[in-house]
Amino acid sequence: MEALINLFISAIFVENLALSFFLGMCTFLAISKQIGPAFGLGVAVVAVQALTVPINHLLYDFVLRDGALAWAGLPEVNLSFLGLISYIGIIAALVQILEMFLDKYVPALYNALGIYMPLITVNCAILGGTLFMVERDYNFAESVTYGIGSGVGWALAITLLAAIREKLKYSDIPAGLQGLGITFISAGLMSLGFMSFSGIQL
Amino acid sequence: MSGIRRYLDSIEPQFHKGGRFEKYYAVYEMVDTFLYSPPNTTRTAPHVRDGIDLKRMMSYVVVALIPCILWSWFNSGYQANLALSELGVAREDWRGALLSVLGIGFNPGNFFANMVHGFLLFLPIYLVTLIAGGLWEVIFATVRNHEVNEGFLVTSMLFTLTLPPEMPLWMVALGISFGVVIGKEVFGGTGKNFLNPALTGRAFLYFAYPAEISGDQVWIAVDGISHATPLGLGEVGGMAGIAESGLTWWQAFFGLMPGSLGETSTFAIMLGAAFLLYTRIASWRIMLGVVLGVLGTSLLFNMLASDTRPMMAMPFHWHFVVGGLAFGTVFMATDPVSASMTNAGRLVFGILIGFMTVLIRCINPAFPEGIMLAILFSNLFAPLIDHVVIQLNIRRRERRHVSV
Repeated sequence: MEALINLFISAIFVENLALSFFLGMCTFLAISKQIGPAFGLGVAVVAVQALTVPINHLLYDFVLRDGALAWAGLPEVNLSFLGLISYIGIIAALVQILEMFLDKYVPALYNALGIYMPLITVNCAILGGTLFMVERDYNFAESVTYGIGSGVGWALAITLLAAIREKLKYSDIPAGLQGLGITFISAGLMSLGFMSFSGIQL
Repeated sequence: MSGIRRYLDSIEPQFHKGGRFEKYYAVYEMVDTFLYSPPNTTRTAPHVRDGIDLKRMMSYVVVALIPCILWSWFNSGYQANLALSELGVAREDWRGALLSVLGIGFNPGNFFANMVHGFLLFLPIYLVTLIAGGLWEVIFATVRNHEVNEGFLVTSMLFTLTLPPEMPLWMVALGISFGVVIGKEVFGGTGKNFLNPALTGRAFLYFAYPAEISGDQVWIAVDGISHATPLGLGEVGGMAGIAESGLTWWQAFFGLMPGSLGETSTFAIMLGAAFLLYTRIASWRIMLGVVLGVLGTSLLFNMLASDTRPMMAMPFHWHFVVGGLAFGTVFMATDPVSASMTNAGRLVFGILIGFMTVLIRCINPAFPEGIMLAILFSNLFAPLIDHVVIQLNIRRRERRHVSV
């Protein structure tokens, strides 16, 4: 249990997907103009991440891994070369389902996210979470924890950036840096603040 | 005085639109308003009648920093003289030559010798900070047609006081340039940034050149002497390690220990804090929040203390006197621009800083000191904290309105 709590905290802060690995930058920079939509997207990423990482773990463990098909009587089959395409397929299907769910029950958020909801499909943070799970050999409980933790970390980062950008509305940024330029600089300075956790071994 | 005023008035037209030095109006304005109160008044309503403006506020902070600056001269000189007399060598550089020529000498028992020695250590760093950072300020003000803000005077002092006494000067220039340009000016200057510029510059140096700004070698301005700060000792040996070095709590409180220039004396910092609180320049809520955060977190860690992490056993009254915690609390965390703006938010902001500082000191083996990163980290949270406080307030008032 203690190991899982440590993994959860380290996924949020120490190995923050957005600010330590710079994953999911396109949506991170594009949807962070206001706190409301940013938080909504963050919640969507938590949901997607919490579903895809464990499901991809099951897929990997029972179908793709070397010798995983032993239960079907095929112990020498190794399908791990199909990894990337299967993970993306799972992610795309889940995002589609989530999108239909939001359209039906939370139309305000659905409209706010607009084009960016489908973009979660190809969000590198989501795929990155799954690939980290495979690379680090997490078991099922760890996959669930890591999925939620990394999603929460990303959601925290984008909410913080949105709050900072709302504050920056009142600043006087040179013409050449307005918009994306200053957002890149802000994100870089944020990761400087998140350096406080680098080196922590949990 | 009136001669200077007359001279400034006589050259003023040349800096106005169409004048010969139109481009350098920012420089003229800086010198003029530094010397004299600006004559112009607020043109539109509402008129808040208060004698305090940004300039006055910043000069109060400078006054509050005087005890720290004086102590930084004495302590860095004292530590250097002590090390020199222990090693039995003389100082070889220009400072040594100057001190010998003046006949001041290197006796650690002589108060005046320590002060002058420390002053010679402090002065080059401060001058480089002022020139390099000031240059950027003037360039930005000239090109972008805004005024040179006096906030930089405070930033330059704070930045200098957070550095070790023998920081290479080109790094000083690089650090303050990063702090001023990336930390502040790209957002539009004083009041528009979201991180503390002095700490941004220091953090940049900290990660770019860790050998010159952390470790055991840099805290005493004498080559070849290795002396860890109390936090460095605590990281390795816990409270027993600090006790072994002979440092008592009172010595640490008054600041007779190696460290960054201005951070060592909690006593001198408290004098400044008293002044800032009396004049209401700094927010007492932020300071109280940091104290509460440190208190709570260190008591929690005391209960969890184990042999593998000796720092966890450090009692809270030690946390306040070692490292930069006191300096950061009083002068960095209370920066009104990068801190939270709402009253409840300030308390939360302070608690977050206190919590993070103790967390980094105790849990993170990579950094012995945490206050710098804790403040930068909390600066990131400040806008979100404000947002949540405001939303909660709106919701509460809506409910009250409905019930009436």
